[in-house]
Amino acid sequence: MSELHDNLLQALEERFPGAVISSGDERDFPVFHLQKNQLIAVLTFLKQEKGFNFLTTMCGIHYPEQGDLEFALMYQLHNMVQNQRIRFKVFMPKSQLDVPTLTTIWPAANWMEREAFDFYGFKFTGHPDLRRILNMDEMNYHPLRKEYALEDAGRDDKEDKYFGR
Amino acid sequence: MSTNVDLQNNIEKDYTTLNLGPTHPATHGIFQNVLTMDGEIIIKAVPTIGYIHRAFEKLAEHRPYNQITPITDRLNYCSSPINNMGWHMTVEKLIECEVPKRAEYLRVIIMELARIADHIVCDTVIAVDTGAMTGFLYLFQAREKIYEIYEAICGARLTTNIGRIGGMERDFPEIAWKRIHDFINEFPAMLTEFDKLVTRNRIFMDRTVNCGPISAERALEYGFTGPNLRAAGVDYDVRVMNPYSSYQDFDFKIPVGTQGDTFDRYMVRMQEMWESLSIIKQAVAKMPKGEFHADVPEFYLPDKQDVYSKMEALIYHFKIVMGETEVPKGEVYHAVEGGNGELGYYLISDGGRTPFRLHFRRPCYIYYQAYSEMIEGGMLSDAILTMSSMNVIAGELDA
Repeated sequence: MSELHDNLLQALEERFPGAVISSGDERDFPVFHLQKNQLIAVLTFLKQEKGFNFLTTMCGIHYPEQGDLEFALMYQLHNMVQNQRIRFKVFMPKSQLDVPTLTTIWPAANWMEREAFDFYGFKFTGHPDLRRILNMDEMNYHPLRKEYALEDAGRDDKEDKYFGR
Repeated sequence: MSTNVDLQNNIEKDYTTLNLGPTHPATHGIFQNVLTMDGEIIIKAVPTIGYIHRAFEKLAEHRPYNQITPITDRLNYCSSPINNMGWHMTVEKLIECEVPKRAEYLRVIIMELARIADHIVCDTVIAVDTGAMTGFLYLFQAREKIYEIYEAICGARLTTNIGRIGGMERDFPEIAWKRIHDFINEFPAMLTEFDKLVTRNRIFMDRTVNCGPISAERALEYGFTGPNLRAAGVDYDVRVMNPYSSYQDFDFKIPVGTQGDTFDRYMVRMQEMWESLSIIKQAVAKMPKGEFHADVPEFYLPDKQDVYSKMEALIYHFKIVMGETEVPKGEVYHAVEGGNGELGYYLISDGGRTPFRLHFRRPCYIYYQAYSEMIEGGMLSDAILTMSSMNVIAGELDA
């Protein structure tokens, strides 16, 4: 385990007991799996007191075979002064896709959350403008979920079964 | 154009709704902004994006790793070699492959050429939007020369698909070296000429100074990276913060601005072109000898001669072409300094032939959110200028 991981884990466990479900190093990134209800408190604490002032990116992930941990959101923070990067993950079942919004901490989260809503259907509570962003408004499904095939299965104008279609 | 007709109120207080885009020649791409105007002042702007969304993240989940490179070309198509290299380096990080020094230096040359090409597009277009067509025409010749270098290296000009996982597809040919040397010799005069034409021009400065400014705090909160963040005064550059591809071997400065306005964004890019040129010169001078690709037979196509005569080479050739290469499990994030900011690849591999999840951190998708805040309260003509100075590329924005 890296030093950064150990220091942060200790700080988080002192301040928010039980918020970190599991943690570890994934290559060069310390990764923390958080309780959903503690997400905002932990990220606010890291921004204000640990210098993680930059939200690099966030995205949704779908693990169709994980049952109660089917959907995940990934957040990456960056402490630009000490050049530390960390990653957080929050898991949730398909029935509870509501997540508190980060737009109150970083305005940059606005479109990132709209993208996660558009492609996976996460409901960000408190988001100022939760609409689809890249797909058309009339779409009635969330296309990056694994159950949707790349192309419409009913197409019969393509017979190319050897090249991964 | 439509006017809210309300005869009860003073006619001058009425706001006009104006559709700027989606296909407006002045926005240089497909962007729609619904503007609420009070005369020529913008009260409110609501951007709509997604007009050229091509589902790259979904596509990537269905393609073998080497077939994703052409997708990355089409993100920021003004500097596609940087995108290609970023993707190769992400996969190299995943498979823990060490790339030889020579390949890294060759990559640095291409990436810096691409950065110059990207900045040429952005800076000359700012000049065009202020009415200076001449500088654009002059400096675009330099961009053409860069495209000729790409052409000599990989055969393509715009969507380059340059390099391979593990290194370069071939060493630079003689003609490419000649063109690079010509470029190094000719470019300073061309850039100086453009600089003299535009930078201190009275009209240009009047139009760009204090146009669309953003403070450093606000820029950080909005996730700005690249020249736009540096123009606001934050010296964040991925090449220095997390050096990749041997950038630590080169000596270069990071130009920063103070106001974060259009003029600063323009100036930061102008200075960066000089720095990029200096990096190219250093890389050419220090070019190490040796292999131009790593020894990763599962990812790097063998010589055609070997495919015909050696069993092993034939197997690898078949596996790569059919996309059946096995990849270790893992999660990696790799960022490169793209033409307009931190271009990140977040890759999850479950060990299959395709990525389980690939997320592109597209810099302009993240910072374009600030656009409405930056133009509200300003003039319509400044909004056009602010957009070109932010270097928002539709292909990257909509992925």
